Amino acid sequence: MAKNCHNDYKMKFTGEEEFPDLSLHNNHMAKVLTKEIYGKLRGKSTPSGFTVDDVIQTGVDNPGHPFIMTVGCVAGDEECYEVFKDLLDPIISDRHGGYKPTDKHKTDLNFENLKGGDDLDPNYVLSSRVRTGRSIKGFTLPPHNSRGERRGIEKLSIEALASLDGEFKGKYYPLNGMTDAEQDLLINDHFLFDKPVSPLLTCAGMARDWPDGRGIWHNDNKTFLVWVNEEDHLRVISMQLGGNMKEVFRRFCVGLKKIEEIFKKHNHGFSWNEHLGYILTCPSNLGTGLRGGVHVKLPKLSTHAKFEEILTRLRLQKRGTGGVDTASVGGVFDISNADRLGSSEVDQVQLVVDGVKLMVEMEKKLEKNESIDGMIPAQK
Amino acid sequence: MASSFSRILSSKRTIGVLTFVGSSVTAGLLLHREHVSAGNPVRRSYPASAEYPDLRQHNNCMATHLTPAIYAKLCDKATPNGYTLDLAIQTGVDNPGHPFIKTVGMVAGDEESYEVFADLLDPVIKERHNGYNPSTMKHPTDLDASKIHSGNFDSRYVLSSRVRTGRSIRGLSLPPACTRAERREVERVVVDALAGLKDDLDGKYYSLTQMTDKEQQQLIDDHFLFDKPVSPLLTCAGMARDWPDARGIWHNNEKTFLVWVNEEDHTRVISMEKGGNMKRVFERFCKGLKEVERLIQERGWEFMWNEKLGYILTCPSNLGTGLRAGVHVKLPLLSKDPRLVKILENLRLQKRGTGGVDTAAVGGVFDISNLDRLGLSEVQLVQTVVDGVNYLIECEKRLEKGQDIKVPPPPLKQFK
Repeated sequence: MAKNCHNDYKMKFTGEEEFPDLSLHNNHMAKVLTKEIYGKLRGKSTPSGFTVDDVIQTGVDNPGHPFIMTVGCVAGDEECYEVFKDLLDPIISDRHGGYKPTDKHKTDLNFENLKGGDDLDPNYVLSSRVRTGRSIKGFTLPPHNSRGERRGIEKLSIEALASLDGEFKGKYYPLNGMTDAEQDLLINDHFLFDKPVSPLLTCAGMARDWPDGRGIWHNDNKTFLVWVNEEDHLRVISMQLGGNMKEVFRRFCVGLKKIEEIFKKHNHGFSWNEHLGYILTCPSNLGTGLRGGVHVKLPKLSTHAKFEEILTRLRLQKRGTGGVDTASVGGVFDISNADRLGSSEVDQVQLVVDGVKLMVEMEKKLEKNESIDGMIPAQK
Repeated sequence: MASSFSRILSSKRTIGVLTFVGSSVTAGLLLHREHVSAGNPVRRSYPASAEYPDLRQHNNCMATHLTPAIYAKLCDKATPNGYTLDLAIQTGVDNPGHPFIKTVGMVAGDEESYEVFADLLDPVIKERHNGYNPSTMKHPTDLDASKIHSGNFDSRYVLSSRVRTGRSIRGLSLPPACTRAERREVERVVVDALAGLKDDLDGKYYSLTQMTDKEQQQLIDDHFLFDKPVSPLLTCAGMARDWPDARGIWHNNEKTFLVWVNEEDHTRVISMEKGGNMKRVFERFCKGLKEVERLIQERGWEFMWNEKLGYILTCPSNLGTGLRAGVHVKLPLLSKDPRLVKILENLRLQKRGTGGVDTAAVGGVFDISNLDRLGLSEVQLVQTVVDGVNYLIECEKRLEKGQDIKVPPPPLKQFK
């Protein structure tokens, strides 16, 4: 990518003159960014030309989200996490439960280490899904990459995915050039991702040149799916109807490992380090980048006074069934792990499996008008 | 007249490269058009052919004129401030086309963009402005409102009259590219100058970050308050960054002269009033503009202007005069006549709904304004609107009496 000429020009103004007005803001970046930190970092840029102003723009433009405390910054490349550590380390610590700059992150993609997870009641658990993201070493990230780079990522991804076989044999659908029939089918399958409309993403530059270089790959069975060049280089998703999270996780781990090997052979492995785990665009997705979740019917539990507390203790979060930023419909919630960094993939999916199992039991108790007070778990 | 401006141009020393002295900008410096030098060349890891945008679904002026050859020639260049071609065209890449109008599809990040990227901007300007050729032609500036005749419309038909333009402060980057410090500097310079306006132009500034709820409601009720841009044409060009920092609205106590600060341009200047006295609206417009110009010059600043492109603004569609003079006019019978489109075309006018661009007409009331911006002076354009609206009112009156109307002859081709 290009050297950021604009930053040299910007240095002609003082840090005081450039410092953003964060007086109405409530996101992690706004809480951490002081004039001192800004002054220290504003003269720096990563080798590809990403600057601290680029990192924080989305947080400046989006003062706060009504439901969740947003991160308010993004990485433009792997090096951001090093060059801007004075800003990003405290944000990472706030967001990831006190994670320290000296901490090490454990990666565990051995699905056999997951206990249970094949017996979630399908009368309540409608579907199970595990997703993560991966960045490809040697390319800058979606907020920063040029059309040439994005196309390079797409080309590499197509080659890698085309070599998968067996249960992973599938097909790539570029967003540009999809037929109407293909598009309708992908929408009906709930596979198709849209051009980002959330200002959290658009203000970070992730929707530039849409739909150039974007596409969706999925296996013939429609249980394993890869998004190319949406919010991250790759988003990898394993999913199926019903409550067999164990199987979903198995497929997830096996598929990811196969894909990683192929990228490594092309000398473009995944970006990972032992402190931050998998490197992704949003600091909230560092570590495992994993969100393992279910769509589960909890009409009674969700209206119980202690619902939020139960979720917090189980280290889980709720979303509507449309994903982040949506409301639940008909008492059906998307329940997933809240953590990403500092615990492994197996740890996080285990929390989901155990937690959802418990909540379904609570729901059943409430249906019988019985109390669940004795079932409230301790903080995990 | 432009004469006062050309006196300044000829009397100041010309400077080769735009520079800033010290760490804070206290005075704008003059840049001579012929000696723009590019900033640091842009280093790329991919060849131009790998970076060339996919414009096959696109229908905007940028897409029409950006050939792979022009892209390859310009993609490594940057203005002295570091603005690049990719930045300039991003909005056109992200927005393939508008259903009703052929959009421009690119913006300028600073005054020098029009020079550094002339290989693309000149054909875009030519297409958008009816054949006007920036490399060979000169744009006339004329803010002498006394020249307007017949500018008082029948108020049974014309509900309100309005003239708007934009002005950019030379030496500071434009909204797509400006840093927070620059944007704040624009605000400071403009607000400082506006504070010097007197008599019927005496007024007050309302900063978007600091206005009270009561002030905000009043500005909404007056239809003065502008919103954070939501149109992707603007947001993809980076104009909504850091909102609402350094944005605000100034208006005079009489509420007939209004300045927007740091919306789509450094300033948008609006003169308006109810009823049909377009001449008076234009008189106030010219007087206000000249006063503001005088006040900023006293402090060592000036507007971006040159004799090829007139007033320099963010969107190439607003070059020249940047002027849109218009009325809200009731034409219920004419609105149903199929000849209306042709009549407007030949009068060099455009219609919009009363909500502005992108809206539909309500109850036979239209927003009628000039189509042209560049190559004709402010006086010429306002007179065109005056003559045209008078003609439309005549048509409406004739239709009321059951008489027939005529489509006026098309104007002579201007710029071929």
